Amino acid sequence: MEQSHIVKSFDDELKLINTTLAEMGGMAEAQLTKAVRALVTRDADLAREVVAEDSKIDALETELDRDAIRIIALRQPMATDLRMVITALKTSANLERIGDYAKNVAKRTITLIEMQPVGNTAHTIERMAELAQGLVGSVLDAYVKRDLAAADDVRMRDEEIDQLHTSLFRELLTHMMEDPHSITACTHLLFIAKNIERIGDHATNIAEYVHFMVSGETPDDERPKGDETSQTIITS
Amino acid sequence: MNEIKITAKNVNVFYGDKQALKDISIDIPARQVTALIGPSGCGKSTFLRSINRMNDVIDGCRLEGEIKLDSEDIYARGIDVVHLRARIGMVFQKPNPFPKSIYDNIAYGPKIHGLTTSSAEMDDLVMGALEKAGLIDEVRDRLDSPGTGLSGGQQQRLCIARAIAVEPEVILMDEPCSALDPIATARIEELIDELKENYTIVMVTHSMQQAARVSQKTAFFHMGELVEQGATEDIFTRPQDERTQAYITGRIG
Ligand SMILES: Nc1ncnc2c1ncn2[C@@H]1O[C@H](COP(=O)(O)OP(=O)(O)OP(=O)(O)O)[C@@H](O)[C@H]1O
Ligand SMILES: [Mg+2]
Repeated sequence: MEQSHIVKSFDDELKLINTTLAEMGGMAEAQLTKAVRALVTRDADLAREVVAEDSKIDALETELDRDAIRIIALRQPMATDLRMVITALKTSANLERIGDYAKNVAKRTITLIEMQPVGNTAHTIERMAELAQGLVGSVLDAYVKRDLAAADDVRMRDEEIDQLHTSLFRELLTHMMEDPHSITACTHLLFIAKNIERIGDHATNIAEYVHFMVSGETPDDERPKGDETSQTIITS
Repeated sequence: MNEIKITAKNVNVFYGDKQALKDISIDIPARQVTALIGPSGCGKSTFLRSINRMNDVIDGCRLEGEIKLDSEDIYARGIDVVHLRARIGMVFQKPNPFPKSIYDNIAYGPKIHGLTTSSAEMDDLVMGALEKAGLIDEVRDRLDSPGTGLSGGQQQRLCIARAIAVEPEVILMDEPCSALDPIATARIEELIDELKENYTIVMVTHSMQQAARVSQKTAFFHMGELVEQGATEDIFTRPQDERTQAYITGRIG
């Protein structure tokens, strides 16, 4: 652990930012889990709860922004302190987006429950969501522990979600061709899958900032990408 | 690559038995601002004074190693120290105008060094220096009044004008803004930024923000050692040495 500052209240202010961030991270993870649980168990009440809870993450982001701006204005942080404050700001923005995606999943779930389920797709989505939640959890852990290797690992693991997304995309297109009645439900599911895939991307964004925070460098290597949906064609 | 104006190599400075600087090696780039930072007593002023041999006048002060100005050893035998100090001017922490008129404060140096041949030429030189120091508009009407009657910030700019008047190549500044308010400080910083077009500036400052604002290169001293040097941006965003890190983030005194 780093030495503490001569001015103790500065340490307290930095700690406060980290506490807010940890709280946001925990909520974002929980929102995603709940939204997908609602989808799998077709539980509209749970989905509505997720929609309602999102504003709490937004409020925390506003709070963190305000605290970070105050630190920059009053403390003029340097070196690791500067990198930490900037990383916290960027991380909170990314967590807020993750919360939004979880909310979108929940909203579409409320609509989907009105329709016939489409094959086993909800479970593939659940698998994607588990991976995404794992990434969010790992990257927040890397942030707290200032663990460069763990942050870089998150950047690499996102590929798996992309690959699942691609295969789900194919599966849904096939369903739609076989049974045009399923198109509405499948379209919602496509968007849900896309939302979860985006959550993985936001986790890797955070991982890049954690890399910067710990090392002072931005990662310059290309990470592997497994999303091939933009080139996917299914012919009957 | 950047042109190097001053090179210090393995410089050790002693006050009697006490070693104040240990094996300092640094290149000072031409026409840039180099900031020297570090805790009190770490040797910043000592190093600054070694650059124009101001330490020579301190009893018991001894220097080993080499300092070159444009690849000429400034400690070599036969170096004219008066001439050297004309090439390397100095501005101090506390503005120290002579108890003379504003005009004479500036004319004094050029007169000694015989830089002008007529009073008209001297007028031009004085006005030019006041202009460059950004003071001209404030003192145009009172060149005959005493320099000590100016405000602190104006006095400091007068001292900078005085340093510029002898047409130096290098200007050393030891905490030039520590006695000034934020506005006067901002004006000096702006002036330093303009002066670096023509002069090589080495500046000691206790303000991290000031070093970050005005310098291109930063050197961190700690207990007589030069711990880390590099591009200012790198020093303040990703210092490599733990001591630098601790100092600039306010973790050691
Ligand atoms: N004239 C002197 N005689 C003896 N020792 C001196 C003299 N000047 C400086 N020293 C010693 O040399 C060391 C470096 O002093 P120096 O003035 O260079 O530090 P500094 O970094 O400029 O500090 P500050 O930030 O307080 O101005 C200190 O330990 C100081 O006590
Ligand atoms: Mg000093």
